[in-house]
Amino acid sequence: MYDTAKTESALEQTETKISARNVQVYYGDTHAIKDVNVEIEDKTVTAFIGPSGCGKSTFLRCLNRMNDTIDICRVTGDILLDGEDIYDPKVDPVQLRAKVGMVFQKPNPFPKSIYDNIAYGPRIHGLARGKAELDEIVEKSLRRGAIWDEVKDRLDAPGTGLSGGQQQRLCIARAIATEPEVLLMDEPCSALDPIATAQVEELIDELRQSYSVVIVTHSMQQAARVSQKTAFFHLGNLVEYGETGQIFTNPEDPRTESYITGRIG
Amino acid sequence: MTALPFLLLILATLAGYLLNRMAAGSIRANGARLHSMISYHGMFAALLVLVPVLTIILLWLAFEGPIIDRVVMSGLPDGLLDGQGDGALQLVLAEIKSISRGQIFGTPEDWKIAAADSYSALRTQSDWWMVAVVAGVSLAIIGFARSRVTAEFRARQGVERIVSGLMIFCSTVAVFTTIGIIVSLSYETVRFLDRVPLSEFLFGTNWEPQIPLREDQIAAEGAFGWLPVILGTMVITVVALFVAIPVGLLSAIYLNEFAPRKLRAVIKPVLEILAGVPTVVYGFFAVLVVAPAIRDLGQSIGIDVAPNTALAAGGVMGIMLVPFISSFADDALSAVPSSLRDAALGLGSTRAEMMTTVLFPAAIPGIVGGVLLAVSRAIGETMIVVMAAGLIAKMTINPLDSVTTVTVQIVTLLIGDTSFDNPKTLAAFALGMMLFLVTLMINVFALRIVRKYREAYD
Ligand SMILES: Nc1ncnc2c1ncn2[C@@H]1O[C@H](COP(=O)(O)OP(=O)(O)OP(=O)(O)O)[C@@H](O)[C@H]1O
Ligand SMILES: [Mg+2]
Repeated sequence: MYDTAKTESALEQTETKISARNVQVYYGDTHAIKDVNVEIEDKTVTAFIGPSGCGKSTFLRCLNRMNDTIDICRVTGDILLDGEDIYDPKVDPVQLRAKVGMVFQKPNPFPKSIYDNIAYGPRIHGLARGKAELDEIVEKSLRRGAIWDEVKDRLDAPGTGLSGGQQQRLCIARAIATEPEVLLMDEPCSALDPIATAQVEELIDELRQSYSVVIVTHSMQQAARVSQKTAFFHLGNLVEYGETGQIFTNPEDPRTESYITGRIG
Repeated sequence: MTALPFLLLILATLAGYLLNRMAAGSIRANGARLHSMISYHGMFAALLVLVPVLTIILLWLAFEGPIIDRVVMSGLPDGLLDGQGDGALQLVLAEIKSISRGQIFGTPEDWKIAAADSYSALRTQSDWWMVAVVAGVSLAIIGFARSRVTAEFRARQGVERIVSGLMIFCSTVAVFTTIGIIVSLSYETVRFLDRVPLSEFLFGTNWEPQIPLREDQIAAEGAFGWLPVILGTMVITVVALFVAIPVGLLSAIYLNEFAPRKLRAVIKPVLEILAGVPTVVYGFFAVLVVAPAIRDLGQSIGIDVAPNTALAAGGVMGIMLVPFISSFADDALSAVPSSLRDAALGLGSTRAEMMTTVLFPAAIPGIVGGVLLAVSRAIGETMIVVMAAGLIAKMTINPLDSVTTVTVQIVTLLIGDTSFDNPKTLAAFALGMMLFLVTLMINVFALRIVRKYREAYD
């Protein structure tokens, strides 16, 4: 009880970016997310952890309505972005996704040149006036994605020709090129080597200055390193949510503790 | 009688399979480790029997007839048939054969009856010989295969070699057929070019293949310039593609990405039915509905329209081609990995932007495949054109005029009494050759384009 109170007082100090209330997600008859309430803060890195199949990706996809593309998927409850319900019929999911960017679990570069991959978002949203500005955006995004040095000499080569880890960093760079306000990252480092992982983590830390970042990860160390807030999911329930240090050193729920110490999952 | 060898073949194959399988099984039962599974040992023997023996039977059946004919004809009494033509010899042979079947007309000469007897004797002998050969060879192979069964014997590799040999054979069948077609076409084309100079054929603007068939017939000298004919084909093909490509592609895009499930469930089967409608029916539609409609429309705005128009034939042909293009395009779009859709949508593109910038470019090779098939169908289509576009070759690109196409001309040239030594009939082969070259060029060209612009997603 005491701990919860402390967490709530911490919440009040920072601005809430996304707040989810009583969110349920069904895939046909499967109840994949059960009554989840969570407040995701602005300028904060939030980590989602939990065993495989517990619904981390599903919940993440709710936050930018990517679940709309799955026919059998049904979402109920409210998800507010800056106080506005994103499932309101008035909201255009296209504009929402421009504001809430996403990096997927599997790298999915377009079969286009590296340059065109990065320029895709800026082009469709008209972010660049002229070629010079677009070039600048592309270079900046690739640098922030920690892949500029590897690809600067072959921007015309197809993005699909890169290695898996390079592809994932390309996808991260592509997502930040559209300048989203929130960046959702689904296991962005699962295909990366330790060096690239460190670079991406550095990037996440930098993004925190201006954005809200939500990262799904299977690595406890990574969650502990990059995030300020951690949410633990288990079988579709949000079991525990709080300060990262709190969750890792002094979890309230026995399920959280046994997951962190490696006994379930 | 002919069933017996096949029966033997099946028995021998089964026997080979079971024998080797059992032999391998007993080796395994004695505690040895087999290299291949016992069913591979069985398969090895079965294939080893099946392939050569089947070949023997088929070759025997193919050559038995001609060889027996030869033997019978050369066995006839000397001097009887000296100096007779080919046709007469054929007649004699046919009569001998029908006598041997018991169909006797009038009173045949004694030597014919004798020949008929020897003919049926030879046939029976040959059949028994075949049975004997099949049985002997089968036994020998079974014995050989059985002797190969050891623990180390690589039966799986053996089976794989035989099967891959069969596959190579099958895949070359198409190649050799194509080569055969080209060779026979070229042969006739060369004969045509002996009679009509190449320059006239290639650059002549007149196509009037009516030539005197008999010495005493009065007719104009024929003209064999292929340009008006190929021009007609091109006009109709272009009209058809103008209808088919936009309609087909847009319907595929709509069905694939935008249509509600229920609508898709209705439209897809309907499109597939459209693909199954015989072209004659489309021809009716063109003649009875579309052509009069175009004519009326033309008259109402003061344009003179021919009763048979390239527009009517081409337009209806376009409708016929819609299902080809739409189903190819639909498949190609569906084959694009959904992770690419997610990527585009996740970056905030609309579904239309996703379609034009990601799905469509990635699906281009499949879509071009469908379009190419449609082009080939349009160029090769005959029935709709015969019914709705006319037979007169005109040097025109006006789709409101009546035109004719290469395929229609080939058909009309070969219909009726024809002999294969006048330019009128030979012209059909020359046209066929040109059609072949044109489609080949289109295909090569399209593949080039695809290779240049495709966005490969794997
Ligand atoms: N497209 C779908 N259709 C039906 N069921 C789905 C679909 N996607 C996910 N599920 C189900 O929803 C549940 C949660 O899946 P989800 O992908 O969110 O898990 P996760 O926590 O991301 O797991 P992982 O760590 O392995 O990525 C699973 O039981 C899964 O089977
Ligand atoms: Mg996941």
